[in-house]
Amino acid sequence: MGEERKIKCVVWDLDNTIWDGTLIEDSRIKLKDNIRNIIKELDHRGILQSIASKNDHSMAMEKLNELGLVEYFLYPQINWNAKSSSISQIKSEINIGMDTIAFVDDQAFEREEVNSELPEVLCIDASLIDRILDMPEMNPKFITKDSKQRRLLYMSDIKRNKLEETYVGPKEDFLKSLNMKLIISPVMDDDLKRAEELTVRTNQLNATGYTYSYEELDALRFSDDHILLMAELEDKYGTYGKIGLALLECKEDVWIIKLLLMSCRVISRGVGSILLNHILTLGKKAGVKVLAEFKPTDRNRMMYITYKFAGFEEVEEKEDLVMLEYKLEEVPNMPDYVDLNIIEGSTC
Amino acid sequence: MKEVKGNVKKFLSRFYRQREIEDHEDIFALGFVNSLFAMQLVMFIEKEFNIKIDNKDLNFENFRTIDSIVAFVDARST
Repeated sequence: MGEERKIKCVVWDLDNTIWDGTLIEDSRIKLKDNIRNIIKELDHRGILQSIASKNDHSMAMEKLNELGLVEYFLYPQINWNAKSSSISQIKSEINIGMDTIAFVDDQAFEREEVNSELPEVLCIDASLIDRILDMPEMNPKFITKDSKQRRLLYMSDIKRNKLEETYVGPKEDFLKSLNMKLIISPVMDDDLKRAEELTVRTNQLNATGYTYSYEELDALRFSDDHILLMAELEDKYGTYGKIGLALLECKEDVWIIKLLLMSCRVISRGVGSILLNHILTLGKKAGVKVLAEFKPTDRNRMMYITYKFAGFEEVEEKEDLVMLEYKLEEVPNMPDYVDLNIIEGSTC
Repeated sequence: MKEVKGNVKKFLSRFYRQREIEDHEDIFALGFVNSLFAMQLVMFIEKEFNIKIDNKDLNFENFRTIDSIVAFVDARST
């Protein structure tokens, strides 16, 4: 389940890949057949796209603008650096795993350079672009509302991040200035695909890495001994989409958090702690102990720290699974920079 | 351990831009226990002072104030 590789971002070369010819030699280059269609279709599937091209930046951007394609590319790297360095830059800007990136270039030299520096990147020969849309790596299982607007969600993030960088006051004031609203709700019919997508796509901010299929999630949300919660975040720049998911297993006097995950786009918004806080509040009301499962991977240490710093302590460790228990008497107050909207419904 | 304190303060000043944090002040009580900040703090300490922090030492109490961070680093580096 969820083990097969899925690409989250396709990085394109320009000359002789997206268009025929070399832009600095001849500005009347022509787009390749079908390329517009491929770019639009990938975008529709929620696969992000960027550029790693050795070219004159302003000339190339102007050409992309003229072709009506410029808006499809996030963080385009048009410069004379090694393509591996451009791809590393894109990876850290978008904040995704290297193994979720594909790179398309017509030159074997460039593909080899990327392959030797960044072996996790999937390199594709530009002569094969007509097959790209059929590759299993380019076919997400579902196309959700969040995936269709993914590029726009990232675009608003770019705006927010710029503002955050230039904001002079304390960080908390910045968060307040966003007018964030977090909606915690039961998982509805429409949310199931997105819920599955979140379990498959989220690596860094995922406490256990369990993946659940559509059918399993559908059964769990009606199960009497489970609580399944979804979190959606909005701010004054618009929605971040459905960005968080939690699954609790309820036993007689204990609740176990089986799944707690957050999209990495909300990494610095503190909403993981808020969702956790909400769970602790529910647990206190129900008079149960709250435990959490944690399964270490090479990427999710941040979730361990989140639990520990929220007041959880390790109580058991067996094989690759750590059990943590919430040890504090009181549940801390919710931070006042987020307006919390709770839609009741999922209970044990 | 003056140097440790100075470096920790310098790191924190990137997050608290308007005023200096007191040595005994609870840095998390000020509002933003977000996972990223917590992670950055832990990674900063590991890298800056060249220590590896085991899970058992990843306790809130060790990171809550400048004083506790300094004491933790001090204990771990000797």
